[in-house]
Amino acid sequence: MSAVLVDPAAAVPLKAAVKQVRRGELPTNSNVFEPAWVRISLIVVALLFLTLFLFVPLVAVFAEAFKKGWQAYLAAITDPDAVSAIKLTLIAAVIAVPLNLVFGIAASWAIAKFEFRGKSVLLTLIDLPFSVSPVISGLIYVLLFGAQGWFGPWLQQHDIKILFAVPGIVLATVFITFPFVARELIPLMQSQGTEEEEAALVLGASGWNTFRRVTLPNIKWGLLYGVILCNARAMGEFGAVSVVSGHIRGETNTMPLQVEILYNEYNFAAAFAIASLLALLALVTLAIKSFIEWRLHQSQNGDDSIQERIIVEHSA
Amino acid sequence: MPPVSLSPPIVRGAPFRVMPGFGLSLGFTVFYLSLIVLIPLSAVFFKTFTMTWEAFWHAVTSERVVASYKLSFGASLIAAFINVIFGGIVAWVLVRYKFPGKRFVDALVDLPFALPTAVAGITLTALYSQNGWIGRYLEPLGLKIAFTPLGVVVALTFIGLPFVVRTVQPVLEEAERELEEAAASLGASSWQIFARVVFPTIMPAMLTGFALAFARATGEYGSVIFIAGNMPMVSEITPLFIITKLEQYDYAGATAIAVVMLLASFAMLLMINLLQAWTRSRSGGGRKK
Repeated sequence: MSAVLVDPAAAVPLKAAVKQVRRGELPTNSNVFEPAWVRISLIVVALLFLTLFLFVPLVAVFAEAFKKGWQAYLAAITDPDAVSAIKLTLIAAVIAVPLNLVFGIAASWAIAKFEFRGKSVLLTLIDLPFSVSPVISGLIYVLLFGAQGWFGPWLQQHDIKILFAVPGIVLATVFITFPFVARELIPLMQSQGTEEEEAALVLGASGWNTFRRVTLPNIKWGLLYGVILCNARAMGEFGAVSVVSGHIRGETNTMPLQVEILYNEYNFAAAFAIASLLALLALVTLAIKSFIEWRLHQSQNGDDSIQERIIVEHSA
Repeated sequence: MPPVSLSPPIVRGAPFRVMPGFGLSLGFTVFYLSLIVLIPLSAVFFKTFTMTWEAFWHAVTSERVVASYKLSFGASLIAAFINVIFGGIVAWVLVRYKFPGKRFVDALVDLPFALPTAVAGITLTALYSQNGWIGRYLEPLGLKIAFTPLGVVVALTFIGLPFVVRTVQPVLEEAERELEEAAASLGASSWQIFARVVFPTIMPAMLTGFALAFARATGEYGSVIFIAGNMPMVSEITPLFIITKLEQYDYAGATAIAVVMLLASFAMLLMINLLQAWTRSRSGGGRKK
């Protein structure tokens, strides 16, 4: 593999030339070698691809939503079923995000600040929900709480409804968004080490105060980053929630499920109206995300790996 | 307070417990992980163990499910391939060139991560159906995308797009430009520079991006079901087939297929981890963990 680069015959002059370039001894034509036409066509190809696959769909959501005018749009998003879907989506996110936030902080504290055996196994396990298909994430709750499931008969006896009810939706959402905050905080806290906390502790601060006054300010942007991504996924999750929801209108439909129902009823304008709210959420998420990346870029040099982490956490 | 020396002795590897909260944080982490992820996920395997081997084998190799594997994995492969090529170009352009609106474009790349899959699904369907903005121009050419396997490829390309860009981008940013300059000054053509200097550097990252996009695509559900048409044997993806089984109350059958998909994604997860380790070692090890 590496033979391509360090072809033994070529390696020596190349290495020497690198040194010369570094010392400024070799004339180099600033930063681009490819001819202008290559450069321009690459930019055009990239922009065309992104326009076709990202920009046009984004515009289309809003165009379709307003196809029948403002009145229809407002009617669609204030419809009682739509309002109840919005509420349920908010409920699921309001429960799932804080739970996974607390978990994320605990997990990153244990993993980043201490050495223990089995750490890499723990890291892999935390990532598991990303590599499981959303449909399977829903399926596992059917297996647990369904009529034929492990706890099904017991739940039926005690008249507790989890599956095809709000608790099932919340559980599926918690599962799907489980790793987001932890994935964000672990590398960040690892790169920060423990020296500042140790200093505070040695000076007599309590554990809680050390966390609140030293650790928290250091991780606040990473924390926010994890929270907004977690929230976007919690509100937008479709596959897992679809399996456990039961699709009861006005009761167990989240916004994405409501979009599906309206779409399947050929009520396209209303489906896209609700979809446009979710698209707006996506845009706000992207805007905050870009802002945080910009802040991190400004304030510290140690965070060039943030892009990398985004990748990992989305590998479902 | 116990007496402390001014320079705290930091001994790597030795038990070192100035930091508080280890038991609490690790205990909670393991408890919550077991409750939310491990125990529920184990249900899939326990359920499968209640099946006989013949029943399991029959469930995971029926004609219809095999057709769905072919579509899910085939379309995911094609989509990941499209993404490696175009995502590679996008990453290159974003890192190396300046053009108006670059920051906006850079932020937009993450749209498929942020946009709910159902929204992506209905939008792509609307665009590629025969009277949609894009579909109407393809229809006269005899090219049908919505409600065919091609639609599945389009949706999976959308979903996987950021993976390649976001894996290749940081590697390109950290690539040593001096190497390229040196090659140029030694008389290499720009094609030679790309093929022999740049490409070997970004190749592991491109493979990682490919694997990530592929892994994500195989499990994808929301964005695909609207555009696929969902015809059994033709345009039915495996996750949809699991749902179909569930709707028929064939829990065992659904679970058996889920196990096959889980094993496939665990295998891919392992491969991705190896690829990422390789990427890190290839990009000079200068990157922080």
